[in-house]
Amino acid sequence: MQLTGAEIIMECLLRENVDVMFGYPGGAILPTYDAMTKYLDRIHHVLVRHEQGASHMADGYARATGKVGVCIATSGPGATNLITGLATAMMDSSPVVAITGQVATSAIGSDAFQETDVTGATLPVTKHNYLVTDVEELAYAIKEAFHIARSGRPGPVLIDVPKDVQNAVTEFVYPEEDIHLPGYQPPTAAIEEQIVDALSLIQQAERPVILAGHGITLSGANNELRELAEIANIPIAQTLLGKGCVPEEHPMVIGWMGMHGDAAVNHAIQESDLLIALGMRFDDRVTGNLKTYSQHSKKIHIDIDPSELNKNVPVDVAIAGDLKTVLRQWLPRVKQKSHANWLNRIRDWQEDSNERDILQHDSHGKLLTAQVINDLWKFTDGNAITVSDVGQHQMLEAQYYPHQRPATMLTSGGLGTMGFGLPAAIGAKFGKPDEEVWAVVGDGGVQMTICELATARQENININIAIINNSFLGMVRQWQELFYDKRYNATPMFSPDFCKLAEAYSIPSMRVTSREQIQESVDFARSIDGPVLIEYVVEKEEMVYPMVASGADLDDMKRRPKPGEEAYS
Amino acid sequence: MTPHTQTREGKTTIVALVENKPGVLNRVASLFRRRAFNVDSLTVGRTHKEHISRMTIVVDSATISPYKIKANLEKLVNVINVQVLNETIPHVSRDLVLVKVRADGAERSNGVTSICERYPAKIIDIGPDVAIIEMSGTEEFVEKFVNELRPYEIVEMVRTGLVSMGRGTRIQDTDYQPVNVKNANGTHKTTV
Repeated sequence: MQLTGAEIIMECLLRENVDVMFGYPGGAILPTYDAMTKYLDRIHHVLVRHEQGASHMADGYARATGKVGVCIATSGPGATNLITGLATAMMDSSPVVAITGQVATSAIGSDAFQETDVTGATLPVTKHNYLVTDVEELAYAIKEAFHIARSGRPGPVLIDVPKDVQNAVTEFVYPEEDIHLPGYQPPTAAIEEQIVDALSLIQQAERPVILAGHGITLSGANNELRELAEIANIPIAQTLLGKGCVPEEHPMVIGWMGMHGDAAVNHAIQESDLLIALGMRFDDRVTGNLKTYSQHSKKIHIDIDPSELNKNVPVDVAIAGDLKTVLRQWLPRVKQKSHANWLNRIRDWQEDSNERDILQHDSHGKLLTAQVINDLWKFTDGNAITVSDVGQHQMLEAQYYPHQRPATMLTSGGLGTMGFGLPAAIGAKFGKPDEEVWAVVGDGGVQMTICELATARQENININIAIINNSFLGMVRQWQELFYDKRYNATPMFSPDFCKLAEAYSIPSMRVTSREQIQESVDFARSIDGPVLIEYVVEKEEMVYPMVASGADLDDMKRRPKPGEEAYS
Repeated sequence: MTPHTQTREGKTTIVALVENKPGVLNRVASLFRRRAFNVDSLTVGRTHKEHISRMTIVVDSATISPYKIKANLEKLVNVINVQVLNETIPHVSRDLVLVKVRADGAERSNGVTSICERYPAKIIDIGPDVAIIEMSGTEEFVEKFVNELRPYEIVEMVRTGLVSMGRGTRIQDTDYQPVNVKNANGTHKTTV
């Protein structure tokens, strides 16, 4: 079958079971957009309003489904606009394939109109990338790209296709054989010696904690993890991206870790005698001061990426492997233990935290973000896919919206990309059309990609957008309050009237200023088949507690006082 | 330096077999830059197989674990395998130097010639006033040689950086054969 390069791109996408792509046309990618017209009945194209939105949508789709998300853009500015989204996907191991047009091969290197060295520019923020200069290589490159994006530690892969390669005609033969890349063989199982070492540490431990990261869900090891925790009675602490990998209401789940994580979890990590780190990477937001991090514990670390082992925290048993495979090797040999004293000790810490919970305090009629999130959880039965942006609302979402299913709490954890929430929620909804999707975003972040309201409207995508408006860049303001003597430089923020803005986009909206209206707002959002925007006008100067200051010891936390105690100063 | 290894103390040599494709050196260099791994020397050259290149990278083992570098290098899709040659692994290393010295007048010429006679050095070009000398050996050996020449006014010099190889039956190779793409007109070519 004689096909153009552009048609080959579309044929390959079909064979990779792509059902939706997010993109923006332009000169250098036009041949592919033209070829696309014959495929639109099988692959839906979503026209975004900015290419950054396309990359976040592909990422949101990928996170919600575990399938590869696809975005497409033209050369030059189109491609460079994808970079923030690619970096976001890279940091959070999200499988994304980006296809970009490039100027014709004869013009490459001549500073042609809309020419950028895209493979050069995206090298550090992609798992791999391709510049395809010969149409014969195109089908192989695309097949390899999907394989690399979704296997091992997933990540974004970019394919840059010059315009003449899209126009060139060749006999299309889809490479049916399996991909064999000599330098790319992700590890799978553990060796016997490592299993013995790990199990012996688990057997000896009196105060073990499992640190469960994003890798659990990426590997599909959710049931194996749960079984491990249940057999040996080992408490599970989750990372931000690990939240929901085992239902948060499961009795062995003790909460999440790190800078704004549960105090009980941070104390447990510091007092533990064995950390079992699974598919997590000891990020600085998780460890605090590395010198004092869990000093008395032995450590086991399993990760599919060998470069993560012994990177930040030296460990006693380092296993490069696929979590599901390795945990299955462990499970038949794990012995029952009770750890009753240890679990009671953790429960005491949790009791103390409960007393400090802001929901236990009188808010004097003010609407607090924690109340909004807690009530969203309550009125959505804790069952929605939530997509948060970055900042205070993100941390409070992690604290007050417990998730019972994997891949239902989507957030930009590693890169902390403001503007992620709205487009990623659109992408997630395309991937999971039957799920209730809430974008929970701040007034700052949402304005970075607010143009995607038009995309949501044009697609009539049924997402609920909750804007938590505190008229500040809240988390930066919190740091200014704590560390810069309340010099609120560049954090007070003017915003448009979000409800009028929604109206301009023909999107129904509601403004909520008191807690009593929250249930009504959820009912209203659910009654609308299409995008809906709810603005929650909340207290301006809230604080997120607990907080481990940057570089402080993990158990050196700023805490909210208990009711009746002096406020923290 | 122990008798069986020829990487200088405090340094580690990393040898990587990589696919011989455009941009691979850029990927490796970019990795070293963004992970802040300092490189003493990096050489790239062909092997006995057309589709495989070989990189020899010397790093300061005191500031960064070579195994960390190895794990990161192995993440690159075009890097086929990586070997760390440290003090426990017998290997040979060679550095090649070209030195242009001023050799105008009999006294100078005789001095330079007599140094060259004591080393496996070759005078590969002689002009009216200058000569180019080629010598290879371990890093220290090359340095010793260069230091002896210094009194004779070195006007230009270049060193290749180390290339290394494990001794004996320690063989670093790959069975990898690139996939051939069949063209419509029946010719074959290598994939990207």
